Amino acid sequence: MTTAPAIELTGISKAFGPVQANKDISIRVMPGTIHGIIGENGAGKSTLMSILYGFYKADKGDIFIAGEKTAIPDSQAAIAAGIGMVFQHFKLVENFTVLENVILGAEDGALLAPSLRKARKELTALAAEYELNVDPDALIQDIGVGMQQRVEILKALYRQADILILDEPTGVLTPAEADQLFRILQRLKEEGKTIILITHKLREIMEATDTVSVMRRGEMTATVKTSETSPQELAELMVGRKVLLRVDKTPAQPGEKVLEVENLKVVDSKGVERIKGISFEVRAGEILGIAGVAGNGQSELLEVLGGIRRGTGTIRVNGQEIDLTGKLSDARSRRKGGIAHVPEDRQREGLIMDFKAWENIAFGYDDDDAYQTGLLMNNTAIREDAEGKIERFDVRPANCDLEAKSFSGGNQQKIVLAREIERDPDLLLVGQPTRGVDIGAIEFIHQQIVALRDKGKAILLVSVELEEILSLSDRVAVIFDGQLMGERLPADTDEKELGLMMAGMTGEET
Amino acid sequence: MEQLPKWADLVVVPLVGLILAFILSMLMVLATGHDPMEALSLMVSGALGSTYGWGYTLYYATNFIFTGLAVAVAFHASLFNIGGEGQAALGGLGVALVSLFIPWPHWSIALLAASVSAGLFGALWAFIPAYLQAKRGSHIVITTIMFNFIAASLLNYVLVNQLRPKGAMDPATAKFPVPTHLPSLGEILNGVGIPFAKGTPANVTLLVALLACVFVYILIWRTRFGYQLRAFGKSQPAAVYAGINPVKITVITMMISGALAGLMAINNVMGEAERLILGSVEGAGFIGIAVALMGRSHPIGILFSALLFGALYQGGAELGLWTSIPRELVIVIQALVILFTGALDNMVRSLVAKVLIRPKRAEA
Amino acid sequence: MDYLTVLQILDSALRLATPLLFACLAGLFSERAGIFDIGLEGKMLIAAFFSAATAYSTGSVWLGLLAGIAASLVLSGIHGLASITFRGNQLISGVAINFLASGLTVLIGLSWFKLGGQTPALRGGARFQSIDLPLADTLSGVPILGPLYSEVLSGHTFLVYVALLCVPLTWYVLFRTRFGLRLRAVGENPAAVDTAGISVVGLRYAAVAICGVLCGLAGAYLATGLGASFVKEMTAGRGYIALAALIFAKWRPWYALYATFLFGLLEAISNRYPSLDLGFITLPSQFMQALPYILTVVILAGIVGKATPPRAGGQPYVKER
Repeated sequence: MTTAPAIELTGISKAFGPVQANKDISIRVMPGTIHGIIGENGAGKSTLMSILYGFYKADKGDIFIAGEKTAIPDSQAAIAAGIGMVFQHFKLVENFTVLENVILGAEDGALLAPSLRKARKELTALAAEYELNVDPDALIQDIGVGMQQRVEILKALYRQADILILDEPTGVLTPAEADQLFRILQRLKEEGKTIILITHKLREIMEATDTVSVMRRGEMTATVKTSETSPQELAELMVGRKVLLRVDKTPAQPGEKVLEVENLKVVDSKGVERIKGISFEVRAGEILGIAGVAGNGQSELLEVLGGIRRGTGTIRVNGQEIDLTGKLSDARSRRKGGIAHVPEDRQREGLIMDFKAWENIAFGYDDDDAYQTGLLMNNTAIREDAEGKIERFDVRPANCDLEAKSFSGGNQQKIVLAREIERDPDLLLVGQPTRGVDIGAIEFIHQQIVALRDKGKAILLVSVELEEILSLSDRVAVIFDGQLMGERLPADTDEKELGLMMAGMTGEET
Repeated sequence: MEQLPKWADLVVVPLVGLILAFILSMLMVLATGHDPMEALSLMVSGALGSTYGWGYTLYYATNFIFTGLAVAVAFHASLFNIGGEGQAALGGLGVALVSLFIPWPHWSIALLAASVSAGLFGALWAFIPAYLQAKRGSHIVITTIMFNFIAASLLNYVLVNQLRPKGAMDPATAKFPVPTHLPSLGEILNGVGIPFAKGTPANVTLLVALLACVFVYILIWRTRFGYQLRAFGKSQPAAVYAGINPVKITVITMMISGALAGLMAINNVMGEAERLILGSVEGAGFIGIAVALMGRSHPIGILFSALLFGALYQGGAELGLWTSIPRELVIVIQALVILFTGALDNMVRSLVAKVLIRPKRAEA
Repeated sequence: MDYLTVLQILDSALRLATPLLFACLAGLFSERAGIFDIGLEGKMLIAAFFSAATAYSTGSVWLGLLAGIAASLVLSGIHGLASITFRGNQLISGVAINFLASGLTVLIGLSWFKLGGQTPALRGGARFQSIDLPLADTLSGVPILGPLYSEVLSGHTFLVYVALLCVPLTWYVLFRTRFGLRLRAVGENPAAVDTAGISVVGLRYAAVAICGVLCGLAGAYLATGLGASFVKEMTAGRGYIALAALIFAKWRPWYALYATFLFGLLEAISNRYPSLDLGFITLPSQFMQALPYILTVVILAGIVGKATPPRAGGQPYVKER
């Protein structure tokens, strides 16, 4: 007897105006398996998942759940069909408790008290069965990211989901926490649940999935058994050509000390210490990579160095001490001091999305004499500069009158990089340089960073992608809970050791 | 929803919004038992049919240019300045103090001094709400509204207790001395041979208002400060990243906004009434919001919208004279314009898109 | 100042606080669901007009009440349409509604009554009558507390008691019912509600409707309970003061009661003492008039601590792609 697939899609197509987000997609996932879907940004994975969860209606095609054709016009129908979704950005109410979040939408009647009682019992049972330990009365804003994710999974299980879809689940986890997640997924699989894992991380696909589908430009280019493929092959299927997974670079030749950080401490607006006294240095002609899971102080580090946040301690750039708390502790003074900053969130900070590309080239540098004539700004000069930069950094389309929001993620990032790198800074701060950027642009961006290093500049790189850190850095430091856990040379370490440090364990403890 | 071409977004959408507002208003006129077509023709002829009408239309328009510019400048920084009413009232105080107590040799010098004073007072009145928003996150909408009320009380006190001439019953100042009297538009135009009704309140301040339009354009789109202002208005975290100081931008922008609103007082206090009376602003601060929204916060748009509302105001006054339709009709129209061009503009946009985009697709 | 005067002021304070309390609770529901509403003023005003006009025409204050609520609901509907369905700027919508009410009330008022924008005075059954609470007379002999009960608490009109009851009712609905849980959730994280299969739009419209009803009660009370007719611009900024009270109350029902009572007290004092002689300085009447507005600014300046609004407040909900 052949079992029906837990979920089957046939010929799903969806267009948004002229953009064909999904074109004739067909997948078949058998029950009790973990199926991965991999693809670059813009490949159409999110659209597909939105259709599965009832956010969009497909233009063409059908969905079959356990062999039966099912219509999913809204989230309620998806939930009723046994589909549970764990989103990349958690859909939790921060100032509610775990229990309240679990029952939201699945309450048992108009009054809360009986619903809460029932849920508490069920939650305890579910937690025991799947080893998903949570404190039902904790407020979401007080628990860690790993536990928040468990709450999301419990939400789905509480609604009796048979099919779990996880969208980029490990972005905020340490390698150890990610392993724990995969153990949970294995457990769920053993209980007969079906899991679809959407990720852009090749290693996760290899480690955690049974089968994998590759999406490219809205189409499903291949579906293979994970055991029968390799990261190389998957990457090629994702992009359509051979991909360089590691950057070619010559060994570093570090010169003078450019950045010296001594006992830096940062306290946030709620009084919580985010950076607890770190010290390090970066020399000219080298890239120092700071690895760490998001939320361990690396954002604050970049912000202090970039002049967006205050801190205490001593920071010297080229021997000159910079102001950390007073009038000159702002971004403009940093720029004047030879620091350029590619921020972690280009859309929120690095660019003004509604400004045109040429206007964005002056962003942060509006006081540049070259951009002024007398009392007014010289828009012609800025435009000319922008055109040159856009050409040199291969920004597509090469139109500096387009608004920043019209460019793809990769091209937006190239605009920011062009602006910051061509300032010829002594120190370049880079945060998450390839987040939301497609593979082709990733190669270019990595090359530009290495080129700047080769020119004898100092670069401080912050990234949650361990592969990127290992590939680009000349030295790697790990940040955990506001402290540096240790420094290594990339050649002398591996992801496992770094992963342990990212989880708070120093080398001596292993 | 597909993007509308720029020209449609800037011109057609506000225009459609205006038409919708008008249709609804005329329905209301009908509902109160009057003939809308007659009302409409009365308004048009009253406002634009004679130089006398124009004299009033341009006078009102001058007020609205100032208050519209005030709101627009703040809008570019994503600040909602509803305090134009109070700021213009304080501007009036500034004008009165300078005009009453300093002997001026010529009106042009008096005009200059009064402008500085009016702008200063208006800027000052905007300072506290601005500072509270920047430093303490106090919602500027509520604080500026409160300051409107406080301004009314303050002006009341000053006029009744301090500036009222002995023995006078009106809560108002004495008439300003003759050297401060501004030439009216009629006088100016007649002086160069263009026939224009005398005795209408439009005066030389109109030229100051036009200058203000040019100034605002240059400020917002051609100066460094304007660049920073616009960036800050789009994204505050990005502004901080770029080294733009949020407190500085908020406070300076609001003070410029307040100064523009204060400048209005040159027109009504110095140019028309030639003394300071209670309630001289008469809602112009609020109409400024409608003008800024309709004019998409751009000086050219504001110019046209101010003219439109000036005509509306004068037309409404005529209506009030000849029919039993009260001047409050203009407030209703103003509210509907704000609604359709401000809050419901997405609705208007999709209406316009349906008309403009579908036929194009059919051709393709 | 003797005890009797204190009682009179407290009695007055409660009456004056009532419209503020209604409006504050109205704003509470709306903002907790994520919809900013600075149009409380306009809704109160239009409710005041229609309740007075209807009460006059029909002779029944109850029909007036219904009419006032209906009028307020219409404006709520517009605000909801603009803010929720068309995802417009909620502040601009509120401002527009306030102007609309200002203009319409006079326009229609003149057309119907020709009294310069007022409605005719209400008498008898067209007004709310005062209600004596049980045992008010017998308890009035009890020292201190007795007169407090018989003078301050008893003898108010119906809507005052309704307002007081609305406080525990609001608390119960918000914190003990499924609807309240969902409503609070939609103001903090609408995506969480949407992905759970609940209609964000439906919840927000419900909140806006509740806001409309409460504003209707506030306006009707102003014209037919506190006063005896509609007068041009009679709300005099109460809608904004209610907003300040809401922020002061950190969006919580019981604190709203205390905050609005404080403002009511202030107004009662400034009514009783039009200009206050403090010995070294006499506060002029204009200052006393401006006092509630000044206090609002002081509160907003956060001199009484920082207040965190609902996280998703003021932002239209757009589904993530």
